[in-house]
Amino acid sequence: MKRYEMPPSFRLKIDRDLCVACKRCTDECGFGVLSYDHEAGRIKAEHARCVACHRCMVYCPQSAITVEADTHAYQQSAAWPVHLREQVYRQAATGGILLTAMGNAMQYESIFDRLVLDACQVTNPSIDPLREPMELRTYLGSRPDSLEFEQEGGYRLKTEVPPQIRLETPVLFSAMSLGALSLPVHKSLATAARTAGTFLNTGEGGLHEDLYPYAENIIVQVASGRFGVFDKYLRAAAAIEIKIGQGAKPGIGGHLPGEKVGDEVAATRMIPAGTDALSPAPHHDIYSIEDLRQLVFALKESVEYSKPISVKIAAVHNIAAIACGVARAGADIIQIDGFRGSTGAAPTIIRDHVGIPIEIAIAVVDQRLREEGLRNRVSLVAGGSIRSSADLAKAIALGADACAIGTAALIALGCRVCMKCYTGNCSWGITSQRPELYGRIDPHEGAERLVNLLRGWSLELKEILGACGVNSIESLRGSRMRLRGIGLDAQTLEILGVSAAGASC
Amino acid sequence: MTYVSEGRIASGCSVGAFIDRSGRAISGDVVVELMASMRDRATDLGAGYAGYGIYPDLKDFYALHIMYDSPTAQVRTEEMLRSRFAIKRDEVMPTRQVDSIHAAPLLRRYFVRPSHLALAESRLDEEDEFVRRTVMQINAGLEGAFVFSSGKNMGVFKGVGYPEEIAEFFRIGEYDAYCWIAHGRFPTNTPGWWGGAHPFSVLNWSIVHNGEISSYGINRRYLEMMGYRCTLMTDTEVMAYLVDLLVRRHGLPAYLACKVLAPPFWDEIDRMDEPDRQVYESLRIVYGSASVNGPFSIVCGYGRGMFGLNDRIKLRPMIAAEKGDMVYIASEESAIRAIEANPQRVWNPRGGEPVIAQLYEDVAV
Ligand code: SF4
Ligand code: SF4
Repeated sequence: MKRYEMPPSFRLKIDRDLCVACKRCTDECGFGVLSYDHEAGRIKAEHARCVACHRCMVYCPQSAITVEADTHAYQQSAAWPVHLREQVYRQAATGGILLTAMGNAMQYESIFDRLVLDACQVTNPSIDPLREPMELRTYLGSRPDSLEFEQEGGYRLKTEVPPQIRLETPVLFSAMSLGALSLPVHKSLATAARTAGTFLNTGEGGLHEDLYPYAENIIVQVASGRFGVFDKYLRAAAAIEIKIGQGAKPGIGGHLPGEKVGDEVAATRMIPAGTDALSPAPHHDIYSIEDLRQLVFALKESVEYSKPISVKIAAVHNIAAIACGVARAGADIIQIDGFRGSTGAAPTIIRDHVGIPIEIAIAVVDQRLREEGLRNRVSLVAGGSIRSSADLAKAIALGADACAIGTAALIALGCRVCMKCYTGNCSWGITSQRPELYGRIDPHEGAERLVNLLRGWSLELKEILGACGVNSIESLRGSRMRLRGIGLDAQTLEILGVSAAGASC
Repeated sequence: MTYVSEGRIASGCSVGAFIDRSGRAISGDVVVELMASMRDRATDLGAGYAGYGIYPDLKDFYALHIMYDSPTAQVRTEEMLRSRFAIKRDEVMPTRQVDSIHAAPLLRRYFVRPSHLALAESRLDEEDEFVRRTVMQINAGLEGAFVFSSGKNMGVFKGVGYPEEIAEFFRIGEYDAYCWIAHGRFPTNTPGWWGGAHPFSVLNWSIVHNGEISSYGINRRYLEMMGYRCTLMTDTEVMAYLVDLLVRRHGLPAYLACKVLAPPFWDEIDRMDEPDRQVYESLRIVYGSASVNGPFSIVCGYGRGMFGLNDRIKLRPMIAAEKGDMVYIASEESAIRAIEANPQRVWNPRGGEPVIAQLYEDVAV
């Protein structure tokens, strides 16, 4: 039999002088790379299975392990980058769709990294966030264009303002389902959301019983598979989100492999354990914007108009028109997921080649909604590659009300972005349903790390606001004048509504 | 001369204003004295005045003050005016030669009323809205023409020069008003354009402003969504349109409009009792994009009165004083004392806390 396999991508270097053969690493590795060779009396590694998740390296008490990129050489060809050759080998061997996880891994240039923020000097002073109040509180929901008051003693509000959700900082956790994530991670997210005054989004996997006490800080999702959707679920939540699309896989449905559907996941999703949870690409009752409107209002009816309805869509070419349609369909919040948005499992080809950057999507949607006079009717949430407080500030300046973070939250819990979530072997216990692995996440500790992350970003955001000479987030929101582009082409700048660096105000 | 500046102009300034709440008319000489004492807050780059009650004989007509940079612009504008208005009076603005003032544009004023036909064709049932739109159309679309005053029984006079010189040029001392609002300008770069001076005015609204709006970008986009076109690229223009939108179009009481421009902090709102908490929370939710951030003090005249307002952390000076029927607002206390040596009360209004003074209810003007 001929051999076609590729050489391993990573190689483990075990320092034999340091290694005391305690076998800890053999337990730590979720991918079965390391084992103890009884004959040789030492640890051995099956390099080809390693995904560079660093778990062994971090947990080796002797610091004896290093994970290195295997430096094997390929003949150079600009036409055939190595990853494409490797895809062909793998596909020739399996004849299937290649799966992956996390977000777009291609080298498209980041627009965030080509935008810079402003600061004030002399003519308008900067404001010191250590000495002056700096406000990040953000409300999401639909707003009337104006308010009416009547005067009887004091002022009384006459206009009815539709339901809002209140965020103490303009960041929420992206939709990530139980099933894709382990239960302790969901608990960490829920606890952190409550402490930080923000929200967890259940994704399409339902809401585990243990999390109902956190429902005030939870947005529940209704996706095409309708997993875990029932009366109590809808009523408990702070807001309801209809998932139409997702940045990592616009136009296709969710996929949770049966190996990850254990008893807890099965009960929460209301499906038999061990079955693949496949949600269809479109909702089977939504084939037009009118259909979406019916679902939006069916959900509003079911909770007596007491909470905002969000619609999540993936950033694709025609996003501005789609978003306007969604706003007209009655959505109170539109959550847009850029093409770098992550996933627990997706075909590589879709993840890497479909959709547009979130920077562009937010800019065109915010602008179009304004042109159509709809911007007040919906709040905009941007997601898909918000990697730092700088990205957050830039997305808000482009027009987002708030941002959703997924990958950043998982990285806070230890994730190394190894892109193997769909295997269920996550050594960090984040995306695994194997008890010996997910037991590694302590929800208290996890929540603390997440709260730290949000706090750090919020403090940084306050510094950015202060430097911009404003003391509340609504004065940065949509204020594209505070951005300048470096090295972006004229058309992209125009689409973003941003001037090139050097242009005056 | 450009009528739309290339870039946005930031400025610091002096503001001064007073009102006699009994409606008694006060000579423009008094407001000139008020401003003269703050000469070092101003420059020769722009000053202006708004007087309320100055055209009592023509008080039912919109007084359009227009500057032209060429006779062609005048011809084209007048053609448009004739098609839309019945023109009661049309005259050259009375001015006096002042050595230090040059390059003055052609200045004319017209006392007009919308013609019935034009109003009917516009499908606007409101004369004010008709006039506002016409003013906007001229300022945005007719090159070389700029309407800098369009209210009734009030007028704005402004240009490039020191406050005293501009006053002399426009013969401010010859007008009597129950309310005067004035401005001296200290811009960070040279505008060289008369229309860029303060007060900025639409209909009966006039506004003078000291400060730079750090939230300009979003305030402007918000106004554009609401149908305004910001042609001047000055911060004050944005202020004036915001006030117009909030008070005239949305009908907010002046006090609440001030609370939109300079909202209370969330901490304060959280401590309020219902229903106040709900009032201020919803104002911030709905009008967040209309809140003005960055250092400012403004005085805004609105026909029957005026209000002064600071940004919410008071990054620019503003003092108020009272004596009898008079209420004064100025950047400096010394300026007020220059025209009223013994005020009964002088106070330093808190950031975001408006000073509102208007004619007594029974006063007709
Ligand atoms: S997969 Fe992770 S834990 Fe396993 S060997 Fe590789 S780096 Fe170590
Ligand atoms: S969650 Fe786990 S499996 Fe997924 S990328 Fe991160 S470390 Fe890898």
